Amino acid sequence: MGPERIRLSGITKAFGALKANDHVDLTLHAGEIHALLGENGAGKSTLMKILYGLLRPDSGEIRINGQRVSLPSPQAARAQGIGMVFQHFSLFEDFTALENIAIPLDGRIADAALRAEVEAKARHFGLAIALDRPVHTLSAGERQRIEILRALMQEPQVLILDEPTSVLTPDEAEALFATLDTLAGEGAGILFISHKLEEVRRLCSRATILRGGKVVAETDPRIVSAAELAALMVGEGVLDLRPAADHALGEPMLRLDGLSVAPEGVHGVALRDINLTVQAGEVVAIAGVAGNGQSELYAVISGEGGRVTSGQVRIAGQDVTRRDINARRALGAAFVPEARLGQATLPQGPLSENVILSWHATESLGRWLLDTVRTGAVARRVIERFDVRTPSADPQAAQLSGGNLQKYVVGREIERKPRLMIVDQPSWGVDARAATHIRQTLLDLAAEGAAVLVISQDLDEAMAMADRIAVMHGGHLSAARPVSALSRAEIGLLMTQGESPVRGAA
Amino acid sequence: MEMLPFILATVFTAATPLLIAALGEHVTERAGVLNLGVEGMMIVGAATGFAAAVLTDSSVLGILAGALAGMALSAVFALMVLVFATNQVATGLALTIMGLGLAGLIGQGFVGQPRAAIPPVKIPLLSEIPVLGKAIFTGDFVFFLSLALIGFVAWGLNRSRFGLLLRAVGESHGSAHALGLPVKRIRLVAILFGGLLAGLAGAYLSLIYTRFWSPGMSAGRGWIALALVVFAAGHVWRLVLGAYLFGGITVAQLHAQAGAIGLPSQFLSALPYLMTIAALLFLSISGRKGAGAAGSLGQPFVPER
Repeated sequence: MGPERIRLSGITKAFGALKANDHVDLTLHAGEIHALLGENGAGKSTLMKILYGLLRPDSGEIRINGQRVSLPSPQAARAQGIGMVFQHFSLFEDFTALENIAIPLDGRIADAALRAEVEAKARHFGLAIALDRPVHTLSAGERQRIEILRALMQEPQVLILDEPTSVLTPDEAEALFATLDTLAGEGAGILFISHKLEEVRRLCSRATILRGGKVVAETDPRIVSAAELAALMVGEGVLDLRPAADHALGEPMLRLDGLSVAPEGVHGVALRDINLTVQAGEVVAIAGVAGNGQSELYAVISGEGGRVTSGQVRIAGQDVTRRDINARRALGAAFVPEARLGQATLPQGPLSENVILSWHATESLGRWLLDTVRTGAVARRVIERFDVRTPSADPQAAQLSGGNLQKYVVGREIERKPRLMIVDQPSWGVDARAATHIRQTLLDLAAEGAAVLVISQDLDEAMAMADRIAVMHGGHLSAARPVSALSRAEIGLLMTQGESPVRGAA
Repeated sequence: MEMLPFILATVFTAATPLLIAALGEHVTERAGVLNLGVEGMMIVGAATGFAAAVLTDSSVLGILAGALAGMALSAVFALMVLVFATNQVATGLALTIMGLGLAGLIGQGFVGQPRAAIPPVKIPLLSEIPVLGKAIFTGDFVFFLSLALIGFVAWGLNRSRFGLLLRAVGESHGSAHALGLPVKRIRLVAILFGGLLAGLAGAYLSLIYTRFWSPGMSAGRGWIALALVVFAAGHVWRLVLGAYLFGGITVAQLHAQAGAIGLPSQFLSALPYLMTIAALLFLSISGRKGAGAAGSLGQPFVPER
């Protein structure tokens, strides 16, 4: 282990009553890849923002190379040799890759001199990048390479990566690991935030585990099992999914026949000839890297958007291609969109009013005046039945944590007793316990005879839940195949190249 | 043929205030701020500029005062939008209403007073060229300043470090903040620059274009400038083209009123405004929703802390 790069001691940061970080200690040495583990809300992002100068701690000290420092801004952190690769990319969509790299570099513009330096750096680390293309035309992997290269241009002694693999294909993740190994080999310290335990065990030599803002353990992840790490993160044994008992499949509830959809706007993806059937009683998952047409597919199934150029959407046997979301709800469908706040719920509305958003389509909520007794009762039932933890009896949607809000949204739809449930990203940004709860709820729904379609970027989730999996790539959907007949490698191939690899296809 | 240089010169004179105001708003919008108060800042610039020119008996000082008055009004807008994170559309509209009232107050004692013209600048040698010499290379100093501003804005936005940061802040203030760019400070500079130019455009109206002050004399030119920025969709050259096109229509309408064209003058008076609607319609029908607009245009920025 090399010399000590960073020593955090007693870092505390509170937001109101919530202690996001509570006397956190952490050391990082040169040449080390150090994992920071924890559920959502454990305080990882807060700690990293403090280290990158975006937040100031209430107390505690930061030492870099033995010197006590204060980090009032990201510039100050960069000047101390700290680089950051953000979880939700901090890139500028309409700018070229080169411009994106120039922006945080003091005094630089996107000129020939910078280009030469960037190209040299990219060669050294084996990062292939098209520097002149606007970022919105690039894949998630390419975007991340820009972000990494941008951090590397500042010769960081410490590189922080916040859940870097969550948007990558297995191959892209491998390439990332190789780059990180090179970087660590050259003496940089790397802080690697993730909740994918297997990759942490492969890549990292030490792990600090946070729970509820406190450090609960520091360990060598190579010598403990993934289950032990998970137990440390969650506090108790991780909940396992109960597979549904065998049950017969019923009639097809959702059918997509040769569905093609024109792309929406400049950044949209066209859907090409999509075929899929979901029968009552089964769970079908759609896997794939984000941005390959999943949002467009959700929109066209729910009836919220998409210009259908050919083909049909059928729900419960009826052609609903030209009908709106309420007509589809009336046929027994329920929809959980990806965006919890703003689409699934009104952030400032109490949970009882948020009931109206989907219930109005099929239920009577009062003829002239709103039946607030009924909406209140529904909200209470959802909160009880689906274990939604709320700060008050009927809080605003925005006051709930991501996991609890998602439990509410899923529960609200299940209370409508749907025969077809469409869920886009059921556990995106939700902690492990809530994610397991939501998945179990959906499995139970299928066992009771509903058809469930799950669109997920999380391959583990898709494989854990689904009876059959189809993969989205470049706006085309592969044939849905039984999970038991598919290996991870096959799915990885479908995610990167699609069903029938075509040279030059986007 | 003898009329041509004269007509061209009037086209440029009519276009210059639109061009200057639009250049300012263009910079503001590139930084992600929508300031609908251009009309208000313009008319305050016109009234203050005229009053200052009469009081100091210097049109040059008047123009300077007009520009600063526009900037002062934009500082109010900046305070509301950046510090209190108010809705930009509502704040901009309020700014226009306030500006119209304020201008009437400032200009109260100056209605109808005449001002002498500022002596034109002649570029040596070039002003001797037939037709073009009189049309382009002879003009008031603000006209030449506006030409310099085109180059300054185009170069500044696309080639300078500050322009890169300004566009970055406009494209995504979230990303910019995460990288530690001073989002609010950069937007403040952009808003003040927009106000300075709107005020300058207003002073140009009262001191060079009409050479008298009357309430409401900006007559919707601030709104046309805003439409030009939309029409330009992020390209300075389209903004320049649009401004001169509108200048041309304005002059054509004046000639029509003199009976030179066989169309009712009311129709031609309405033409610049109809063209504005047509340009906006064309842009939205051409299907590229929000094409060319900065990514976080009009959204209030509130960092967590």
